[in-house]
Amino acid sequence: MTAVTDRQKLQYIAARAADARVNVELETEGMTLNIGPQHPATHGTLRIVARLDGEQVIAAEPIAGYMHRGYEKITEVRTYAQVTTVVNRIDWLGSFANEVPFILAAERLMGVEAPPRATWIRTILFEMSRIANLILFLGDMGVQLGAITPVFFAFRDREFVLDQIERVTGGRFHPNFDRIGGLKDDLPKGWLEDTKRVMDKVRTFCDEIDDLLMGSEVFQERTRGIGVIPPDVAMQYGLSGANARASGIDWDLRRDNCIGLAYPEVDWKVWTHPDGDSFARFWVRLQEVREAASIIDQLADGVPSGPIMAKVPRIIKVPAGEAWISTENPLGEMGYYVVSQGDLTPFRLKIRSASFNNVSITPWLLRGVYVPDIVTILASLYFILGDIDR
Amino acid sequence: MADDTSTDTTEGAVDDVPEVDEAREGIVARFRDALGDAVVATEIQPGLDTWIRVRPDAWRAAAETARHQLGARYFAFVSVIDWLPSPFGRSMDSAVDLELARRAGDEAAVNAAEMQHGVTGGDTRFQVFGRVASVGRPGEYWGVTLKADVPDDLTIDSWVPVYAGADWHEREAWEMFGVTFTGHPGLRNMYLPSDFEGHPLRKDFPLLARMVKPWPGIVDVEPMPGDDSPAESSDEEAAS
Repeated sequence: MTAVTDRQKLQYIAARAADARVNVELETEGMTLNIGPQHPATHGTLRIVARLDGEQVIAAEPIAGYMHRGYEKITEVRTYAQVTTVVNRIDWLGSFANEVPFILAAERLMGVEAPPRATWIRTILFEMSRIANLILFLGDMGVQLGAITPVFFAFRDREFVLDQIERVTGGRFHPNFDRIGGLKDDLPKGWLEDTKRVMDKVRTFCDEIDDLLMGSEVFQERTRGIGVIPPDVAMQYGLSGANARASGIDWDLRRDNCIGLAYPEVDWKVWTHPDGDSFARFWVRLQEVREAASIIDQLADGVPSGPIMAKVPRIIKVPAGEAWISTENPLGEMGYYVVSQGDLTPFRLKIRSASFNNVSITPWLLRGVYVPDIVTILASLYFILGDIDR
Repeated sequence: MADDTSTDTTEGAVDDVPEVDEAREGIVARFRDALGDAVVATEIQPGLDTWIRVRPDAWRAAAETARHQLGARYFAFVSVIDWLPSPFGRSMDSAVDLELARRAGDEAAVNAAEMQHGVTGGDTRFQVFGRVASVGRPGEYWGVTLKADVPDDLTIDSWVPVYAGADWHEREAWEMFGVTFTGHPGLRNMYLPSDFEGHPLRKDFPLLARMVKPWPGIVDVEPMPGDDSPAESSDEEAAS
């Protein structure tokens, strides 16, 4: 992919400056635009209060908290086995991925290691939740720009992935399948073959999205050079996942700090994009879905045999200690800081969710953009409200 | 309360443990060079993780060291731990039911439920902790958890001038724990309504759902047949 040329960037900046001059000449009055809490472009109940001058945003403030469920408090009174049920609901589009870092942290404190088969199946399900999550983003991004078709494709093809997750775990959205020391159940018969067929459908979906959107002039105009995040700003705000990689930061926890998952066993690539604009974020996620499909294909060929559960006590008391584990979730770095004092429940569970940091950059990012770009920038940052509010 | 797999570098106990994590030792050494005796305690779990506890007045300096000198430009989170054991006994998280133990005059159980600080220790009820990492160079990823005691006036320096992303995290910690961050551009409520009273994540803030309908808690945990470990039986004594 070629980078946005300096000329394009300069044109955009010049247009903004020209508008600002017009605003001054016309003595336009400022106005406050309230977007949300119920708005189709906010994926839930994020409210944005934007102060406008003409068509430009002077200051924007996202207001979260309409869906705060107090998970950090609730998990202090839940046993370790019960916590997975709660954390399932954080990023509800990729639920299984939420359970994994918590279980890994508990396993580290207990000194338990899941058997290889469980590790491989965990990794497969982890990547499937990534696909289920990101497919919706790829479809939804089109909707924000006025293209309705991609979202129908997305819902159609995501269902194949969810069906596969349901066949193993019994739940489409909230699997609650990961256990300390392994997994609840083994795979059903013939599941791996069917999964590989589904991966073909996912690849076809990616090609369709590529055809529908990438070449579209409207799509390029609305996303290229819009909402540019420089790498240093991205890191200061703690942007992670595809948002960071779209700013040219070559960082993926699956490769750089892979704990308890089978990523070192497969051959795959971390995609980055130098631009840091909305288009880059879309492009990186599109490549990631393709990469995830390839990871699943490779893993499905080599799932080792053996038990799926390590020996763990029936009543789980986690020894006193502290552990921080984060994994590369669909939305970015998802981590749990577990403080245990040897009880049945965590003493303190700090949930570091990706969207919280990803959205905290919006006051910086939305300053100076045009009103219609608010929607595309928010869509390209891609957040799940449950992941902000927790 | 050191983990038994860990090496406490402050005690010079490195020699006793065969496994030494040179990369992590190097990171700790660089923090010591930059901050001097402001580094109160450190802990390295070889191959796993690093903790550094600094004096409260060096809290921002620790962040500056991490970002500017060690190149940990990535900010993960900042939050607070309340080390007070839950005063609500079995309806909350504690293994010892304080209320029942007090009623029964069981001094040992009451003392056992005193404040126990985690990795790298601590002196105060509240501790701030944050995580930063060095990212972007494949194969050279590392991260460190920084900690500091919060003094009794419950104020500590803000990280916002160093890591802009600390803004929302500190707002959350402020409303949930009542810890004030000096130098923060605007401590406003993040999640709670603006007229909310109290700090919900403090251990002495009751979880009303649990008050209304107590959790079976420790009563739930019956020993497995043939498994009568002393820990379980002492719990039962405290509860009965």
